[in-house]
Amino acid sequence: MAQALDPHAAIATQAGGIDDGPLTTADGQPLARALRRSQKRAKRRAFLLVLPLLAFILLTFVVPIAQMLQRSFYNDGFSANMPQVSAWFADTERGTDPDEAAWAALAADLTAAAENRSIGVVGTRINYDMAGTRSLFTSTGRKVRDGLEPPYQAALTEIDAKWADPVLWSTMREASSPVTTNFYLASLDRKRDAEGSITQVAENQRVYIMLFLRTFGLSLLITALTFVLGFPIAHLLATLPMRKSNLLMILVLLPFWTSLLVRTTSWIVLLQQQGVVNDLLVWANVIDANGRLQMIYNRTGTIIAMTHILLPFMILPLYSVMRTINPSYARAARSLGATSWTTFRRIYFPQTLPGLGAGALLVFILAVGYYITPALVGGSSGQLISNMIAMHMTDTLNWSMAAALAALLLAAVLLLYWCYDRMVGIDNLKLG
Amino acid sequence: MKSILIATTALAGLASAALAEGEVNVVSWGGAYEVSQVEAYNKPFTAETGIKVNMIAADNPATPLKAQVEAGNITGDVFDIEVSDAIRLCDEGALVEINPADLPAAPDGTPAAEDFIDGALQDCAVANIFWGTVIAYDNTKFPDGAPTTAADFFDLEKYPGKRGLPKSAKRTLYLALIADGVPADQIYEKLATPEGVAQAFAKLDTIKDSVVWWEAGAQPPQLLADGEVTMATGYNGRFFDAMVGEGKPFTIIWDGQYMDLDMFAIPKGSPNPEAAMAYLKFATDTQRLADQAKYIAYGPSRKSSAALVGKYKDGTTDMAPHMPTNPDHMTTSIMDDPEFWADHDAEMSEQFNAWLAG
Repeated sequence: MAQALDPHAAIATQAGGIDDGPLTTADGQPLARALRRSQKRAKRRAFLLVLPLLAFILLTFVVPIAQMLQRSFYNDGFSANMPQVSAWFADTERGTDPDEAAWAALAADLTAAAENRSIGVVGTRINYDMAGTRSLFTSTGRKVRDGLEPPYQAALTEIDAKWADPVLWSTMREASSPVTTNFYLASLDRKRDAEGSITQVAENQRVYIMLFLRTFGLSLLITALTFVLGFPIAHLLATLPMRKSNLLMILVLLPFWTSLLVRTTSWIVLLQQQGVVNDLLVWANVIDANGRLQMIYNRTGTIIAMTHILLPFMILPLYSVMRTINPSYARAARSLGATSWTTFRRIYFPQTLPGLGAGALLVFILAVGYYITPALVGGSSGQLISNMIAMHMTDTLNWSMAAALAALLLAAVLLLYWCYDRMVGIDNLKLG
Repeated sequence: MKSILIATTALAGLASAALAEGEVNVVSWGGAYEVSQVEAYNKPFTAETGIKVNMIAADNPATPLKAQVEAGNITGDVFDIEVSDAIRLCDEGALVEINPADLPAAPDGTPAAEDFIDGALQDCAVANIFWGTVIAYDNTKFPDGAPTTAADFFDLEKYPGKRGLPKSAKRTLYLALIADGVPADQIYEKLATPEGVAQAFAKLDTIKDSVVWWEAGAQPPQLLADGEVTMATGYNGRFFDAMVGEGKPFTIIWDGQYMDLDMFAIPKGSPNPEAAMAYLKFATDTQRLADQAKYIAYGPSRKSSAALVGKYKDGTTDMAPHMPTNPDHMTTSIMDDPEFWADHDAEMSEQFNAWLAG
């Protein structure tokens, strides 16, 4: 009865003429289960093969990036070392004036932090949000190590009147929670005032938004330049006879294989005021000796050097796509009466788009994160946001700030990738 | 951070493999400075104690120090760091405290606490050298009279040509104020007020278009040698190396030099704490500090070493006139104020960067 209701069973029965259950393998196991098992085994083997790569990527890529991202919003420098006053902040509402309990908590925490030598960590954390306060913590710490007498408000304000500053208390309230958005706010030239609302920083301290815009602007310009310069070269490479194109290919690859630092310093040698290019121009009487051109240590230097360094990343994907374009399409277009411009515009160029997309994406993303070249030849006007990240990593040691800037950069690049995928489609990307 | 984390992990692997008894890992700045330390400290130290010294170079040793402490994986024993970083890291509990009574006394018996120059002994670090940021110019560029003061550095009409300046608020703002007539002992008072900072930036504005900004200590002598600038500020030891070591036609202007200290510090949890302390004591005794001056023009941090400073390694050049600590050079010098910069470095750097980019 049940068998008759199942159409598959019915078919099996009719086709095979066997009426005892589903198909089985030679050793009597149901076929579906055997197939599943063997597929599972193959999958497991494939997984084991990629496991080393997966572990490598996790360890060297995902984990460090996650750690970095965590640092951009998580900083327990204050909350971990000042537990009592942090607890007071948690119990009271924003805007509450500190009462004697708060002052007592602050005094106790300061004394403990001074004894554990963690007062510097606390001061540094507050200094990030309110410049000029680090020494308030460390110098008070040195004084309270001998002990403080209540009332604590009077005792602390006597050591330094700054302790009564409402902005300081508001900043401490912000820092009393380890999770904070302040580093992102600072990355966007914003901060919180005493009431906790977001305001722009003073005009002479606004630098990050401008640098982000400059970074994206310059990267776009460099991408465009590599396209303009790289397209004809890629075309030549793809169409010249083998012997000549090989030679040309060497000219593209040789700089590609040369160290980044060497190429950047070579540009310094060429472009500086007493450099080769200026010497030649003076010798040819194009400019006079006092009017030597400033071509490096500014934005011009950054653009020239980065365009040169990133050029192969545009040429190579374009070349690999152009190689596969069948020349008979263009010939067919010409034979149907198209001019060479129309042939280029409607037949040849659209076929190079996958290579162009790959090249442009590569060049742009590399340019956005470029660091060494702008640091060496950028001067004051050719600096990019990456130089600011490096400064926070190595000079101010404010890693949370560096992480926040880097996270914004990462987000912008991912956003760009997403837009590209929506507009062009990532399937149309061809690297070779 | 990624590369630092990887680097520290890799370093940890290397170091633990190499760690045997009687070794000490010293992290310093590399270059000519490292050479001077190897010659003056490491070789005699190994000869006397049998303890091997591994030199590790870093762009700024405070960065790997902080990274190692944060990662809880400390591989360096002794770090050569700037005084502001020494104070900062000490307050953060990253460094071993050092009792001045444990340090060797001067040959005449003066205790270390009195023998070291003011500021050279901190709670967690002991200075080995004084170094100066000074102005140097190319002799061939000013045939009608050479510049002599910090103000001349800003005088583009009388002394034409580009200027080389470090891309740093800390090492430019003071110079602008000095050139603007602010006495050396009032620099920090000025910089603590917004008006003083504005005054410094206004002075820098007058030469902004003619400045080549540098970031590494090797750049200013190179910029001068290339003729890219006619005057630059830089580290006095680097200029000395170019002038005496390589025979370049430069002259140093000592007016308004900015003096800084480099110190030895030991991180808490270093793998060889005893060897580290032995090294620190050995390297900062009177004779070793004087010996280092034979290889580089940085001033020893002990008063008793000054008399022992002799000639450069070429055997003919007297080192005393090239030292930043020479009394003639200190009349208008500004001493680094680590507390001030610990408070204001980030804020001023941001203003400086905004000013530069604008």
